[in-house]
Amino acid sequence: MAEGEPLIRWDWLARNAARIWALLAEHVELALVPVLLGLVVAVPLGVACTRWRWLYPPALTATTVAYALPAIALFGLFLGVFGLAKPTVVVPLTLYSLSVLLPAVVDGMRSVPDPVRQAATAMGYGASRRLVQVELPIAAPVVVAGLRVATVSNISLVSVGALIGIGGLGELFTDGFQRAFPTPIVVGIAAILLLAFAADLLLVVAGRVLTPWSRGRSSR
Amino acid sequence: MSFAAFGLVWGWLTDPANWTGVEGIPARVLQHLGYSGLALGVSALIALPVGLYTGHTRRGSLMVVSLANAARALPTLGLLVLAVLLSASELVPVLVPLVALAVPPILVNADAGVRQVDPDVRDAAFGMGMTGWTVLWRAEAPVALPLILLGLRTAAIQVVATATIAAYVGVGGLGRYIVDGLDNRDYARVGGGSLLVVALAVLVQLVFVLAERAAVPAGVRARAPSST
Repeated sequence: MAEGEPLIRWDWLARNAARIWALLAEHVELALVPVLLGLVVAVPLGVACTRWRWLYPPALTATTVAYALPAIALFGLFLGVFGLAKPTVVVPLTLYSLSVLLPAVVDGMRSVPDPVRQAATAMGYGASRRLVQVELPIAAPVVVAGLRVATVSNISLVSVGALIGIGGLGELFTDGFQRAFPTPIVVGIAAILLLAFAADLLLVVAGRVLTPWSRGRSSR
Repeated sequence: MSFAAFGLVWGWLTDPANWTGVEGIPARVLQHLGYSGLALGVSALIALPVGLYTGHTRRGSLMVVSLANAARALPTLGLLVLAVLLSASELVPVLVPLVALAVPPILVNADAGVRQVDPDVRDAAFGMGMTGWTVLWRAEAPVALPLILLGLRTAAIQVVATATIAAYVGVGGLGRYIVDGLDNRDYARVGGGSLLVVALAVLVQLVFVLAERAAVPAGVRARAPSST
């Protein structure tokens, strides 16, 4: 690193604001799409695992194994399938998200008290209406907690994709390292932390909005 | 993976030249395990006492929770390159992010493990005349063992993954194949390196799971809560 190089050069930040925004947008896309895809798979799969209990252990083991594999290695493996394209990053991150969201959906569903299920059936709710209008809303807080973990983890992991050139804000890290210039790196870390914090906050708010009944009780 | 790609990777993996010498697979595996083991050891040395302490005294829960959340958001690659740029030597700057990312899982799980110990166990221990430190060591820690070992296992996975990425900043280990392969567009090397990292990660997981089976007594294992 050059002598007397400050940790952050604000003029560089000002000049490159547009590029940083573009990287941020790409970063958000690369982080959120896997979470959404994971959710789309986890909800039906999780509901199936509660209905047919023998499904859960193998499904859980499969996703847990995926979670333990280093992201960079999965990117390297999927390079052989998708090449230097976004799916190489999105597919492994979807697997990671799934390993968090599947237990979240199953635990959430299991947290629905049996008397509530029975009351719904007694009131004439069919199985699918009961699922959508009673069980999933009650399971929502646990699922939202899982969504928070998955989203924050993804936002951090996307930056590793910079090693194959698909890393959103992570490109600031490779850029800064190659030029021995710490400013982009500091900006990148700060941006990712802020993004993670904002996403987490949004999900907390969304969770509160989706479960108005829990707020009502605490205001008494 | 397409058949052609798999064939190339298989060719690379079975090439005897890749198994000998300083850049050979065994050497790289040893390097990788060396960095990972060192980082894990240092992290455990720092995190275990703190986690056991906060769990036993039930203090510092806000710090522990914040630590867990912050650690999840920290970008590995960013920490690595920043640490290397800010320092002169090669090994120390890599150890700092490795340890920083491994401390939270160990700390959080040790804390949770001790905190979740049945209050009756604590009561009984105090009732038998044990003092604070002894209660922790002889009553709480053994019951908390499943979660403590889970924290160590999670940290081990994190460290193996980070050590792989650390190849980008110049250190050795299996990540070298991935990074160098990407530089030279030698995708057989990238694929081979990735497979090796996957195999190593699975092996490390297995070792820890077996250690958990061996170290945790059956009675404790039966009551163990699931992961944090």
